[in-house]
Amino acid sequence: MMLVKQTTKFIAILVLLMTSVSSFANSGEHDNQHQEEGGNKVDTPDEIKAYIAHHLQDSHDFHLYTNNETGANIGFPLPVIVWTSGGLKVFMSSEFHHDDNGQVIVNKDGVLLTKIHSKIYELESGAEAVVFDDHHHAENAHKVLDFSITKSVFGMLLTGILMLLGFVALAKGYKKSAIPTGFSRVLEPLVIYVRDEIARPNIGEKKYRKFMSFLLTVFFFIWILNLLGLTPLGFNVTGQIAVTACLAIFTVVIYMFSGTKDFWAHTLWMPGVPVVLRPILAVIELIGFVVIKPFSLLIRLFANITAGHFVVMSLIALMITMKQAFGPVTSTGMSLILSLFIMVIEILVAFLQAFIFTMLSSLFIGMAVEEHDHH
Amino acid sequence: MVTEAVFKLNKKTEVKLFISLQMDQLLNDFSPGLFFMQAIILLILIVLMRKFAWKPILDSLQTREDGIKDALDAAQNAKLELENLQADNEKLLQEARFERETMLKDARDIKTKMIEDAKTEAQTQANNIIEQAQVAIEGEKKAAMVELKDHVAKLSLEIAEKIVRKELTSNDKQLELVETMLTEKSLN
Repeated sequence: MMLVKQTTKFIAILVLLMTSVSSFANSGEHDNQHQEEGGNKVDTPDEIKAYIAHHLQDSHDFHLYTNNETGANIGFPLPVIVWTSGGLKVFMSSEFHHDDNGQVIVNKDGVLLTKIHSKIYELESGAEAVVFDDHHHAENAHKVLDFSITKSVFGMLLTGILMLLGFVALAKGYKKSAIPTGFSRVLEPLVIYVRDEIARPNIGEKKYRKFMSFLLTVFFFIWILNLLGLTPLGFNVTGQIAVTACLAIFTVVIYMFSGTKDFWAHTLWMPGVPVVLRPILAVIELIGFVVIKPFSLLIRLFANITAGHFVVMSLIALMITMKQAFGPVTSTGMSLILSLFIMVIEILVAFLQAFIFTMLSSLFIGMAVEEHDHH
Repeated sequence: MVTEAVFKLNKKTEVKLFISLQMDQLLNDFSPGLFFMQAIILLILIVLMRKFAWKPILDSLQTREDGIKDALDAAQNAKLELENLQADNEKLLQEARFERETMLKDARDIKTKMIEDAKTEAQTQANNIIEQAQVAIEGEKKAAMVELKDHVAKLSLEIAEKIVRKELTSNDKQLELVETMLTEKSLN
């Protein structure tokens, strides 16, 4: 009950925050790319493509709704934290006025910063405006190290808070009674599921406990982020390759550091094969453990979630792209049925990918900590 | 023909260009800053969750599962004990029943024997009494007979006396008798 109350409180605060900042957004200048391209709505295939591509990227502010005609913009800015040639710079993303094309240049103590395609660029000294080459790459600006609280970081923080709220409540509930009540009753079987179906069979009864914190955290982190990505809030955190890469590298570091003597013996000097083959096998095994396994982890999660978002948005866009061919009613109906269908699959995928990531992580850890019987 | 071939070629290069662009974009999309933030957030989250959630949760689950296992074992043991107890009870009951049977049988035997003994005893006693009685009767009879004989002899003497006296009251008669007796004597 406490958790439910807390959650509702949290959501209420979130809603308040959103509505209060919407007034800020209205003041935003209206000089974005859509106007340049001549349309006010996202209604041509190219615009849709650009919109989807833009959604799949991380962004420096949180916007739920943009009206290109009036310039109304519902959302709120997020802090930008960048490491530039002039040191650390911190400011709100509202200073870019929703510009994403290097038009608005922010001057921070002599360091000129601009935002192009959701990336922050620092203008080289002497430059006043961004000069683009044929491929729309900035010629006189370079990327900076960007530690901003972007939409993805915001999503991760939100997920972290949700996880802490939920599971700390579950943990505290045990002090009162051995059987959880309320929402904890939903969480407990999930924890038991991860423990009994993922960690125990793959790592082994003796050693699984040491890795439970990582596996449980990663499982719920990915799952909640995947699910958040399906909400209209439009997070695409697990579709960011940096995020999945980080998760995969955590797994690699964990299984590399917990590898037993047996594991290293089998990896570097495989017993039972001709000596000549052993170095070759060692190279193959090492590449397998250091590169291929984490790569398969990070690409699988990234590609699944990105593809899911892409398909859902494309199917929603069917409403517009098929309007000419089928008329508004048919195209809307088709779009609705298809996107509903794919959405249900995406809910499954959200769980599945969290499950697979955790499963494979525990499998790899299990390989590393396994004690071999010597024949 | 030529235009078609050129078109095909164009299409191919376009696809290649698209793929290379996508790869470029993939690398371009990799943000070291986001990677760094994610690493820090994940690390902090793992540490916090470990301390405040996972450890207590897993410990409680373990405790609860152990408790359930113990309770089940205890129940099983109790059941076994109860069964043993019931078996013992049954055995005791059986024994008691058997004992009762034996006791009853013994009692019956003793009763029969006592009756038998009593009967024999009584018989012997009765026989002895009868025998003694017979002996006494015999003795009495003999004594009575002796007495009777004496009595009869006395009586006979008295009678004889009386008769003699009467017979000899007169001298004639005495003479007659002497006569007769003499006669008889002489005759004989």
